[in-house]
Amino acid sequence: MDKVKVNMFVNGKPVSLEVKPYARLLDVLREDLGLTGTKEGCGVGECGACTVIVDGETVNTCLTLAASMDGKHITTIEGLMENEKLHPIQEAFIKHNALQCGFCTPGLIMSAKALLDSNPNPSTEQIKVAISGNLCRCTGYEQVVDAIKEVAEKSK
Amino acid sequence: MADSSITRVDVLAKALGKAKYTDDLKFDNMLYLKVVRCPHPHARVIGINKEKALAIEGVVAVLTATDIPGLPCQPKERPILVPEIARYAGDGVALVVAESPKAALEGAEAVRVEYELLEAVFDPEEALKTGAPLVHGDNNVAAQSKVCKGDVEAGFKEADLILEREYNTHRVEHAPIEPEVAIAVPTFEGITVYCPTNSPFQVRQIVAETMAMPQSQIRLFQPTIGGSFGSKCYDAGVLASRAALAAKLTGRPCKIVYTREESIVESTKRHPYKMKYKVGVKKNGKLTAMEVKIIGDSGAYKSKTPFVISRSSIEATGPYVVPNVHTEAICVYTNNVTSCAMRGFGSPQVAYASELLMDELAEKLGIDPLKFRRINGLKDNSLSATGQVMQNVTLDECLDKLEQEIKWSSRKAELKQQDKTGSIVKGLGLACMYRGESFGSAGQGSDYAGATLQVQRDGSITLYSAMSEVGQGGHTMLVRVVSEVLGIKPSRIFVSPVDTCYVPDSGPTVATRGTYVIGNAIRLAAEEVKAKFAEVAAEELGVRPEELVFKDERIYCPGDPSKSISFSRIAAQCYLKSKSPYGYGWWSPPVGSWDREKGQGEAYSSYVYGACAAEVELDLDLGKVEVMKFVAVHDVGKALDKEEVKGQIAGGVSMGIGYALMEDLVVRQGVVKTVNFDEYLLPTSLDIHEIIPVIVEQPSSYGPLGAKGLGEPVMSAVAPAILNAIADALGTRVYDLPANLEAVLDKARAAKGRCCND
Ligand code: FES
Ligand code: FES
Repeated sequence: MDKVKVNMFVNGKPVSLEVKPYARLLDVLREDLGLTGTKEGCGVGECGACTVIVDGETVNTCLTLAASMDGKHITTIEGLMENEKLHPIQEAFIKHNALQCGFCTPGLIMSAKALLDSNPNPSTEQIKVAISGNLCRCTGYEQVVDAIKEVAEKSK
Repeated sequence: MADSSITRVDVLAKALGKAKYTDDLKFDNMLYLKVVRCPHPHARVIGINKEKALAIEGVVAVLTATDIPGLPCQPKERPILVPEIARYAGDGVALVVAESPKAALEGAEAVRVEYELLEAVFDPEEALKTGAPLVHGDNNVAAQSKVCKGDVEAGFKEADLILEREYNTHRVEHAPIEPEVAIAVPTFEGITVYCPTNSPFQVRQIVAETMAMPQSQIRLFQPTIGGSFGSKCYDAGVLASRAALAAKLTGRPCKIVYTREESIVESTKRHPYKMKYKVGVKKNGKLTAMEVKIIGDSGAYKSKTPFVISRSSIEATGPYVVPNVHTEAICVYTNNVTSCAMRGFGSPQVAYASELLMDELAEKLGIDPLKFRRINGLKDNSLSATGQVMQNVTLDECLDKLEQEIKWSSRKAELKQQDKTGSIVKGLGLACMYRGESFGSAGQGSDYAGATLQVQRDGSITLYSAMSEVGQGGHTMLVRVVSEVLGIKPSRIFVSPVDTCYVPDSGPTVATRGTYVIGNAIRLAAEEVKAKFAEVAAEELGVRPEELVFKDERIYCPGDPSKSISFSRIAAQCYLKSKSPYGYGWWSPPVGSWDREKGQGEAYSSYVYGACAAEVELDLDLGKVEVMKFVAVHDVGKALDKEEVKGQIAGGVSMGIGYALMEDLVVRQGVVKTVNFDEYLLPTSLDIHEIIPVIVEQPSSYGPLGAKGLGEPVMSAVAPAILNAIADALGTRVYDLPANLEAVLDKARAAKGRCCND
C-alpha cells in the first residue's frame, strides 16, 4: 500500500516520516519514534493511557491516524522535561503519590498539562472533568487531583 | 532511622515515561503472536486447517497443542493450547506466529477450526445436578470447604429472631490498565521470558512444564508491571508459555500482547457467589448461630479456586463472635470464563453478605448498626468461627475512629430529618471487615520467602527478592525495612529487578503476604548483615559487638561516642578482610493446627481489621448513586509511609465503588458481552468524591517493624458500606450486586409505589 508523507513536530523537533495510511499515531510514536511513554490500554478511546497533546488539545492517539498529523505540533510525556528538570506536574505527581503502577500516568499527566496550559486556575470540578477520560485502576484519583491542584496553586 | 518522607523507588521513571513495561521492549528479528480462540463455550476440536493462514504473507507458523513438547496443562488447569476439548468461549486453540502484528491478526482470522459442539452448563446449581454436562472428570465440584463450630440447631433454638437471606455477587474484571503481554527470547542456554506477573517463580514453573525444560533454564525477567490486582498469575503463565513455545520453535524472539478485548474475553475474573445465610439473634443483640451456604462459579478451570473458597468459608461470619456456626462453601465448574484470585480474593464476597446481614439484624432489633457491631465484634480472646483464640483484635478501635470521623450519631440524626420528598435522598451506612494475612494454615499450605542483600565495597546495597512491584510500593517497603534495621539512608539501597536467574524465590505477591512474609525475609537478611558488620566494627573499635548501635549511617558505641565508624568504611573493611558482606533471609509464617474436616483451628497467624462508612446521594429518578463521602479506617499495624497507605486505601475504595455500583462482566450463554471499557465501566474521576483514610496502628507481633498488609483488605468493606447506605436512603434493600442504575431504580420505584399506595 502507498505510504503517506507527514511532516510534524514531536516534542519541539521536526520529524518527517512515511507512514501507512491506516497507521495509528500511537504506533508511529511507539514503534517508529521509540517514544514508548505513551501507552495503550484499550485501543478504543476509553482509557486515556495513549493521551498526547496535539496543538494544545488532548488527543487519544489510538484513535488518531498518523497521516492526519501533517504540520501539527505533538507533545508526549517525553517532551515535558526542560533542561533535565522535572516538569512541575511530574514533581507534584511524585510528591502526592499520584501514581502507583504508573501505566496510566503519562496519559494523566498530559491531560493535566493541557488543562493547566489553557486554564491555569481550574476548580476541583474542572480538574476532575479534564481527567475523566483517563482511567486509573490503582490510585482512585484523589491524589491525582491534589497534585494538579497544587501545581495550579503554585503558579498563581 | 525512620525516614517516612522517602520517595518511592519506582516512581521517578514512571512519571517521566521512561519506565520500561514489557510492551515497550523491542528485540531484533522479533515475531508477533495472535491466538485463535474457540468461540463456543464447550466444544471438541475436530480439525485445524492452517493452510490459508500459512499462505498469508508474513505468517511464519501456526502452532497447536501437538507442538507443545511438555505438558499442555496441569490437570483441570487452563491449557496453553487446547489439546482436544475447549471448555469456555475464549480457550486458545492455535497460535499464529508472524512477522508483524497485522500479519498475525490476518493469519488468526484465516485459521479454520472444525468443532463438534458439546452440551454446556452455565449455572453452578445446574452444574451440580446429576446428568449435568461435565466440565472435568465425573463431577463438577471444583473445591469445597467447611467450617463447623458448636451446634447451630441449638443456637437457633436460643434465638429470639431468625433471619434468612440470600445474596448474589457478580463477576468482575481485574482490569489493570496494562493488558497481558509477554516476550520470549531464545538463548543458547534456554529461554528468557519478559513478563509482568505477580508470581515470577510460578510463571517460570508453568513455562518449564510446557517446554519440558528444567526450571533453571527458564529465566523470567519482570519489567515494570502495569498493575495486577491478582490477575497476572496463571494468566501470565499462559501467555509466557505461548511466547516461549513460539520462540523455541522459531528460534526468534516472540511477543504476544493482548488487546483489551482479548484480555477481557480470555482472562480470569472474580468468582461470582450465591450466598444463603440463616442467622439467629437474641433481643439483646447477641448472635446465637449462623448457617451459611455458598455456591461459587469457578468457571472452566480450577485456578486459585480452592484457596478462594477456603478463605470465604473461614471469614463468612464476618469479624463477629458467633457461638454456633455451620458454613459450607462449594465452587463449581461451568463453561463460563474462569474465576481466579482478585484483590481480596474470597473476602469481599462474604464481607458483603455478612455486613448487609448485620445491618438488617440491627434494624429489625431496633439497635443502632454501629452499636450492634460492637455487641458482637471480636475482641481479644474471643473465639473466631474456626475456634481460634483471637489476639491483637482492633475492631473496636477501628469502630471508635470511624464513629469520631463521620460523627456517626449526629450525622445519622441529621439524615433522619432530611426532606425526602425531592428526587435526591441521602443515606449513611457502615461495614466492618477482617482478613487473615498470607496463605494461612487452611490455605495454600507452604508459604515462604527468601531475600538477599549484598553490601557493595562502597557501602551501597543491592537488594534481591522476588517481590513484584505491582504499584503497591512493595519495593519501597523492603527498602524501608533494610534502612531501619541498618540505620542507613534509603538512597543507599538499590532494588534489583526481579530476574529468576538471580533473586531468591520469595513466593508470589498475593494474599496480603508481601509486607508480612517477604518483609520479614528481608528483615532477617538485614539482621544478618548487621551481625556481620558488628563483628568487623567491634574489632576495629576495640569493643564487643553487642555494644554497638547502627544509626545515622554510622556504627557506634552509645557509651563512648569516640568509638564510631561509618557504615561505608565497614563495608570496605569487609572486602579488605575477606569477610562476607552478604545477608540472606528465609522466613515462613507460623502455621497453626488445622482440622480440615471441621474447618477448625488457627486459620491465620495474623489478621487485619477495618471499619468503613459511606454517605450516599441517590437520585430516585435515575437510580444513580453517588458516594459523596467514604471514611475507611484500617489497622495497618504500623504505617511505613502515610501517603502510600492513603493511596492504597483510595485505590481500594475506588475499586470497591466500581464493584458496588457499576462494574459488571456480562456473560450470556458462556459468551462475554462486555468486552471493552465502553461497556465494562470502571470508575472515573467523576465517580469519586471525598475519601477519608484513617489509620489505626496496632503493631503486629509478626510483621516487619510491626507493619501489616493493606492492599487487599481495603476492598472488602466498601461495597457493603455503600449498599447499607443505599438501604438507609431508600428504606428498602438491594441484596444483589451490582447496585447499578436499573437495580436501584427498581427498588426506588417499588418503595415509592408502596408509600403512594399507603
Ligand atoms: S488506548 Fe487510547 S484511549 Fe485507551
Ligand atoms: S497508577 Fe496504575 S492505573 Fe493508574
